[in-house]
Amino acid sequence: MSEHLTREVRMEVPDVGELLRRAEEISGAPEGERLVLNMGPSHPSTHGVFQLILELDGEVITKAIPEVGYLHRGDEKIAENMHYNQFVPYTDRLDYLAPLANNVVYACAVEKLLGWEIPPRAQVIRVICAEIARISSHLMGLGAYAMDCGAVSVFLYTFTEREKIYTLIEELTGARFTTTYTRIGGLSRDLPPGWPEKVKEFVKQFLPKVDEIEGLLTKNKIFVDRTQNIGVISKEDAIDYGLTGPNLRGSGVNHDLRKKNPYLGYEKYDFEVPLGSVGDCFDRYMVRIEEMRQSCRILQQALSDIPMGPIAVDEPRGYLPKKADVLTKMEELIQHFIIATQGVDAPVGEVYFGGENPKGELGFYIVSKGGGVPYRLKIRSPSFVNLSILPKILPGHLLSDVVAILGSLDFVMGECDR
Amino acid sequence: MSALSFPLAKEIQNLFPAKLLEVKEFRGEWTLIMDLAIIQEVARFLKEEKGFSLLLDISGVDHLGEEPRFEVVYHFYNLEKGLPLRIKGRLSESNPIVPTLSFVYPTANWHEREAYDMFGIIFEGHPDLRRILMWEGYPYFPLRKDFPVEGKPTDQSPIAFARPAPLDGGPFVSSPAPLSDQREPRAKWDEENLEELEEIKESEKLPLLPKE
Repeated sequence: MSEHLTREVRMEVPDVGELLRRAEEISGAPEGERLVLNMGPSHPSTHGVFQLILELDGEVITKAIPEVGYLHRGDEKIAENMHYNQFVPYTDRLDYLAPLANNVVYACAVEKLLGWEIPPRAQVIRVICAEIARISSHLMGLGAYAMDCGAVSVFLYTFTEREKIYTLIEELTGARFTTTYTRIGGLSRDLPPGWPEKVKEFVKQFLPKVDEIEGLLTKNKIFVDRTQNIGVISKEDAIDYGLTGPNLRGSGVNHDLRKKNPYLGYEKYDFEVPLGSVGDCFDRYMVRIEEMRQSCRILQQALSDIPMGPIAVDEPRGYLPKKADVLTKMEELIQHFIIATQGVDAPVGEVYFGGENPKGELGFYIVSKGGGVPYRLKIRSPSFVNLSILPKILPGHLLSDVVAILGSLDFVMGECDR
Repeated sequence: MSALSFPLAKEIQNLFPAKLLEVKEFRGEWTLIMDLAIIQEVARFLKEEKGFSLLLDISGVDHLGEEPRFEVVYHFYNLEKGLPLRIKGRLSESNPIVPTLSFVYPTANWHEREAYDMFGIIFEGHPDLRRILMWEGYPYFPLRKDFPVEGKPTDQSPIAFARPAPLDGGPFVSSPAPLSDQREPRAKWDEENLEELEEIKESEKLPLLPKE
């Protein structure tokens, strides 16, 4: 082991020519003179470490090969070696622009395996978390998207709003970014006093800001010219390539897990699912703008009626007892020790749970062979799937359209590479 | 469980006799365990006639110590009815080959590349079966159960490997064992490999910069 540590550090450079030769074997040799352009892994418009190998005929793309995996950390392998609760912090680092939403979906997936039903108060708080995360993720996505298309000022507007959200999240969870807020069967802490009012206030001042942001882009000729009829994804292609979330809805497919397979009591809320008509970059942008408004609607309904009661399941054999009880009662102390060292004893079985995350359907497929550790945990990440459509839609576009298309797909490499 | 309580299972059983091995229900999810040699035909039937137009996920599972060892799990979704369906089947260790779904569902392309990358499962007829998350030429399949969590050294770029921390993953990590008394928190370094630890500590010391 020590041998490879002392060896000279060197980086294997991927052989671009070899990759293209292989691609040619599949789709036939190019006709004229072509230029191969390597975009990324460090490129501002790729929002992370994502490489795109483009073959150009003049300025027109004839072939595109996406290369992912630069941010691979082996989350699925890590998950197989720890308790269910210990994996919650790792979910923060999947879609790191919406960590709260990941926490919620992961906790719901494990609760489905355990067969637990969380109390109404925890459900409503989780809905609030998921929708706040959606707004914050869309703000970041839209800001960066607009900046890539030349509208830098929008980024400043969205970041100001996002900052307000992060202040709220910090107050709720104790961390701005790595929230780790949910626990299997509940939440790490209850709402701080006065917090719902602050969110209400935020929503109230945020709605006019959405109009302002929309005005800056929808009436911006440069942005409109760069996005309309660019990167058109037909309904059929969107479904065939497994797109989910705003990218699928931008193509006009009415699919939202919050409506189709409601979880956390989403059926109680009154909201619309915005749909695009053409499936171009502009439609995907419009869907996100409208989704922020709908999230605000959900937030207003959820905040006006937060039920009282416990925030965790009543499962003494699976959920950590209250700290005060641990310090004063023998049984609780023993139970605490058992749960902390062995984890919750999950039944043998397998479940898949998908939640509607800002980027699309985040799914966890968990195989349990009993005990406190998952035997296999597969993360179905929306960004990974959404990126796989690039070789289909990029050819025929100009090189400058690439940044608009990448921005409109709104992906996060932390989630894509896991 | 009897296939009769799930109408779709009955239909598949009639269409592909003797290929449907088992039907299971857990937490409201239906799982069909099938012979994967006909997965293309089944997928076409599901997509074109039953409305399962979305393929959500393809995942590999390594059941080390069991035979057949590998498992491929497909998650289909019916967009109109909001109905999920899981189909899975086993593959032997010596011959982990399954027909590709890339031409039925284009999204399968990347999922299958990932399953190949992580488990070494070969998808026959795949248009571009190469590694996706690990780099080209990487010699192992990291999600197999016999691959250690801290990685293995290779002749490829050594920078990709991390040394396990003295307490592998922290004080509350327990090894994944079926019996609870084997799942006690463990320290990575017991007395047997203390020597190795000293060696690594030694090699970690930063070399002094040459004085000018």
